[in-house]
Amino acid sequence: MIDVSDVSFSYDGVHELRFPTFSCRNGGKLLLLGNSGTGKTTLLHLMCGLLRPTKGSIIVSGKDLGGMSDRELDNFRGRELGIVFQQSYFVQSLTVEENLALPNLLSKKPISSKDLKKRTLELLDRLGVGHKSKSRPKDLSVGEQQRASIARALVHYPSVVFADEPSSALDDTSTESVIKLLEEETANAGATLIIVTHDSRLKARYSDRVELTTTSSSLNHV
Amino acid sequence: MRLTYIARRNLVSKPLQTALSAILLAFGVGMVSLMMLAERQMTEQFERNIKDIDLVLGAKGSPLQLILANVYHIDAPTGNISLAAADKIMRNPYIESGIPLAYGDNFHGYRIVGTNESYPNHYSVELSKGNLWENAFEVTLGATVADKSGLKVGDHFFSAHGLTDGTDVHEDKTFTVVGVFKRSNSVIDKLILTNIETIWGVHAGHENSELSEEELYASREITAVLLKKRNPMAILTLPNLLKETNMQVALPAIEINRLNQQFGIGAATLRAIALLIMALSFASIFISVFDNMQARRFELALMRTMGGTPATLYKLLLLEGGLLSLGGVVLGLIVSRVGLFVLASAIEDKFQYDLGDLGILPTEIYLALGATFVGLLAAALPAFKTLRMDISKTLSNE
Repeated sequence: MIDVSDVSFSYDGVHELRFPTFSCRNGGKLLLLGNSGTGKTTLLHLMCGLLRPTKGSIIVSGKDLGGMSDRELDNFRGRELGIVFQQSYFVQSLTVEENLALPNLLSKKPISSKDLKKRTLELLDRLGVGHKSKSRPKDLSVGEQQRASIARALVHYPSVVFADEPSSALDDTSTESVIKLLEEETANAGATLIIVTHDSRLKARYSDRVELTTTSSSLNHV
Repeated sequence: MRLTYIARRNLVSKPLQTALSAILLAFGVGMVSLMMLAERQMTEQFERNIKDIDLVLGAKGSPLQLILANVYHIDAPTGNISLAAADKIMRNPYIESGIPLAYGDNFHGYRIVGTNESYPNHYSVELSKGNLWENAFEVTLGATVADKSGLKVGDHFFSAHGLTDGTDVHEDKTFTVVGVFKRSNSVIDKLILTNIETIWGVHAGHENSELSEEELYASREITAVLLKKRNPMAILTLPNLLKETNMQVALPAIEINRLNQQFGIGAATLRAIALLIMALSFASIFISVFDNMQARRFELALMRTMGGTPATLYKLLLLEGGLLSLGGVVLGLIVSRVGLFVLASAIEDKFQYDLGDLGILPTEIYLALGATFVGLLAAALPAFKTLRMDISKTLSNE
């Protein structure tokens, strides 16, 4: 479960971003919708524990992020969260398959290398990039990179998957396909899906959504 | 998959940058290591050959040349001295013993030295085949001479006049090999030993047969005598005794020290250049890690979002610096061995000196550890930035 309550954040100590209170049940899906400058990415980073709120509390998978040390946050992020970034970041010197092994290596989750390999190849196959498992990330098309990064976000069985602008550079057909993949794979994994976007095309898909208004200090929960 | 693997892949993915840093370090370490090896081996060989020789008696000229020619056999002699005068010095009460040497011919560049059995005994050289020479024109070969020339017991050869040239061959005088010495890593390995009469015999004219025994003795010459003192007073009194003669005594220890001092200036310059190259390589590692951090900041931030702690990323960058330094150091030690091999071939051909021991010196272990540590330090400084990395800012700063 995700519970964001009366959270505010300031980058400079003067201007404050205030976020609405909202929650999302385990295994549910939620859309965070807002235009540029509404603090979407800031809210995503707060929920991932990459930033600490000035006020309020954030509970993710039953853990109050505010009460955790930096080290505990690092561990928590590695074990419980999967993040799909707007830009597909990869460790360029490693193959796609090796990139998918990173969350497990860094979070030290006790998955055997045999099971990990099986899951990696299964995920890549399901996402249509199984044939690229031995390729370097730079040799993949933008679409393939995005699919591979979805696989990476899911490979270590996270309880929550965050997707930051997953459809921003895609046409309608590709958007439909990527969002469908994200929904299917998180549902298969029993994970909660949080999509952060400015793309109003997704609005109709999600009854459970939070709309962030253009003024950074005034935010509404629909 | 381990962090070491990722570090290795990161290095391999930037081959030019990695190669430049590693090659620079390899050259620095290689030069220092080569100097250590060459210095150690030359010192050992110099000390081994100088063993218990306190003074060298020979013709007037450069004292250093006298030592190099008669102790190490790597220079031309200063001239000849009278056997009778040399005998007189050997009977001096301050002198315990003397080893006479006479030479002036070679076989394929190896010196044929006339002496007595006290010369091989002095270096504790044993026979591996045959016997010690007994009669004139019988020779016993040093181990290297036997290996390189292919001569064996019972073989015959002609000598050539001079110490290196093989053109003026004495075809009327046949030498017979009667024995071969075991390898001793001393100067004997590169010499052909015989009795002094052989050397006189090679150059004897018909006029000698008309001389009385006394006249013959008075006309005999040798090249030098290696002296062992009985009393330290020998060092003070002998130069005075020889003032009015064509002879001199030189002290090997002093001359070799002087030589080392002269070599020392060149060696210190080379060492300074090597250290400068090493410093450049450390700067290169520093820049390489710093540059990699800038170029890979999104990758590093990504790894943080996947549970990588600042310490894990720091370790990764240290591993990259460490592997790079270690690679450079190992390559450097290989370079120094190749360099020594080349140097050894050149020296052996020119000076009959052997520098073939390629084993690791204890000082080289310190050099390797020190260079790896400084390489790690050069990586540690820029990598320190990862500990304070703002992941959110990096990921938003696209």
